[in-house]
Amino acid sequence: MKWIASALFAAFLLSLPFFAGDFYINLASQILIAAIFALSLNLLVGFGGMTSLGHASYLGVAAYFSALLTSRYGFGHGAAALTSIAGTIAMAALFGTIALRATGLGFLMITLALSQVLWGLAYRMSNVTNGDNGIAGLTRPAPFGISLDSAGAFYWFALIVASFAFLMMAIFVSSSFGSSLKGVRDQPRRMAALGFNPWMIRWITFIYAGFWGGVSGLLFVYYNKYIHPTSLSITSSAEALLGVIAGGTGTLGGPVVGATLVLLLKNYASAYIERWNMLLGLVFLFIVLVMPTGIVPGLSKLATRFRK
Amino acid sequence: MQFWIIQGLNSLSLGGLLFLLSSGFSLIFGLMRLANLTHGAFFMLGTYFAAVAMRSYTGLNIWVTALGAGLVVAAIGGLFERLVLTRLRTNPLGQVLVTLGMSFIISDACLVLWGGDSIPVPTPPNLQAPTRLFGFVFPTYRLVLVACAVAAAAALYLLMERTRLGAMIRAGVDDRQMARAVGIPVSNLFTIVFCLGAGIAGAGGVLGGPILSAYPGLDADMLPLALIVVILGGIGSLMGAFVGSFIIGFVYTFGTALFPELAYIILFLPMIFVIAFRPQGLFGRVSA
Repeated sequence: MKWIASALFAAFLLSLPFFAGDFYINLASQILIAAIFALSLNLLVGFGGMTSLGHASYLGVAAYFSALLTSRYGFGHGAAALTSIAGTIAMAALFGTIALRATGLGFLMITLALSQVLWGLAYRMSNVTNGDNGIAGLTRPAPFGISLDSAGAFYWFALIVASFAFLMMAIFVSSSFGSSLKGVRDQPRRMAALGFNPWMIRWITFIYAGFWGGVSGLLFVYYNKYIHPTSLSITSSAEALLGVIAGGTGTLGGPVVGATLVLLLKNYASAYIERWNMLLGLVFLFIVLVMPTGIVPGLSKLATRFRK
Repeated sequence: MQFWIIQGLNSLSLGGLLFLLSSGFSLIFGLMRLANLTHGAFFMLGTYFAAVAMRSYTGLNIWVTALGAGLVVAAIGGLFERLVLTRLRTNPLGQVLVTLGMSFIISDACLVLWGGDSIPVPTPPNLQAPTRLFGFVFPTYRLVLVACAVAAAAALYLLMERTRLGAMIRAGVDDRQMARAVGIPVSNLFTIVFCLGAGIAGAGGVLGGPILSAYPGLDADMLPLALIVVILGGIGSLMGAFVGSFIIGFVYTFGTALFPELAYIILFLPMIFVIAFRPQGLFGRVSA
C-alpha cells in the first residue's frame, strides 16, 4: 500500500510538466527549493535541537556569491557554483564556531545577530552588492549543454537536486552520526560522559546544514535570475523556521509539507492582500498556540489512532 | 579635534539610546528566560507615537510624550504577556517564535498606518540651540539624551537594589523555584518586568526620535544592536547592558564615520571577542 502510494507520488512529480501550466510548474520549482532549505534548517532545529534564526545567511550568501562571480568576475557557472558552495561552507564553519559557544536561546540570538549583520552588509556595501537594487540580469546554468530556461527543464533539474538532497539528509539522520546527534540533542551530558564530543557533533551538523542551505541558495538564484538583500533578512529565516515548525520538527516529511504550505500561502495571499508580513506573524501565533508539535506529527498520531 | 569630540558625543548619545533599549531586554531575559524579539518593535512604536503626536499637537513636550508612549507601549506589552506568553510558560521556543510573530505584526501595522516614508520627530525648541563648552560646540539635545540614559540607569539600579520589588525580581532571577516557595508571586513579577521593559523601550523610542526619526525597518535596525549589546554585556545584567551599550555606541558611530562600508563587520568584532573569551558576557554570571 505504502509502496504504491510512493510510486504514484513519484510518477506525479516526474510527469508534472506534461500536464500542468507554466505557472504551476514554476510554483512547484519554488516549493522544491523551499523544501531543500527547510530540510537543511530542520537538521539543526529538529535533529540537533539548535534553533537557528539566521539560516537565510547560507541561502543568501551562496546566492550572492554565485551572482557576483558569474555577472561581475566572468566565472562559468560550474566554477562559480563550486566556489560559492566552498565559500558558504567556510562561512558556516566560522559562524558555527561563534554561535556554538552558546546553546539554546543564546545560540538563537547569536545566529540572528550574525545574519542581521550580513543583511546590513548586503544593503550598505552597495558598491559590491548593488544595495537595495539587488543584482539583476543573471543567467541559468546549462549543465551538459541542456538549457534550463524553460519552466519544465528547470523543474526537472530542481527535482533531481531536491531528491538527491532529501536522500542525503535522510541518510545523514539515520546514520550512526545522526543517532549521536539526536543523543546530543536530548542528553548532552550523558553523551559527553560516553566519550562523544557534543560540540564537534553539533559543529559538523551546522556545517552540513549550511552546505544544503547553500545548495538551495544556488537553485534560488538560478530560478529567480535576481538576488536582493531581503533573501538574507530575518523574514526569510523566519519563513523557513515557520515551515519547519508548522510541518513538524525532527521528521523528514514535516519540513517539506510545512515549506509547501508557507510557499502556497505566500503566493496565494499576495494575490489578494499586500500584508504578507502581518499574515506571517499571525500564522506564527496560530501555529505555536494551536499546533505546537506541527502538522505531520499531528496527522501521524491521528493515523495510528485510526489503525487501532 | 571637533570631529572626534562630535563623534564622541554621538557615540555617547547612541549608547544612551541603546541602554534604554537593551536594559529592558536584558531584565526580561534575566527573569523570564525569554529572548523578547518584539523589543525592537516596541522601540519603533514609541518613535512613531512621538512622530504622530508631536506633529498633530505642535509644542507638545517631549518628556510628556515619552511618558505617554512609555505607558501605552507598557500596556501593549502587558496585554501581550498576559494573553499570549503566559500560555507558553513551558515552551521557551514557542515563546521566542511568538515574540517574533508579534514583531512582524507590529512593524507591518506601522507600515499600514503611517506609510513607507520616514517621519521626522522635531527636536524640542528649547534644546535646539547648541551648547558651547570649553570652546567646542555641542548639540544640546544629545547631551540631554546622555543625561537621561544615565538617570534611567541610576533609577533602574536603585529599583533593583534598594526596593522590595527589586529584591523580589533578583530572587526570581537567581532561583525561580525557591522564590515561588517563599511566597513571591513570580507570575505577576513576569508581567511587571515585561511591562517595565516594554515601557522603557517605548520611552526610549520617543527620545531617540529627534535623532533617528520614525521609518519602517527601524525595529530591524535596532533589534540586532540590542542583541549584540546584551550578548556583549552579559544576559540579565543591568551593568552589562550599560557598559555594552556605550561600547557598541562608540564602535558603531566611529565605525560608520571612519569605515562606512565595513561598519557592520566592525560592529560585531567586540561581540566575537567576548564570545570567544568570555561566553557569559562581560558582566554575566551564567552562560546563555
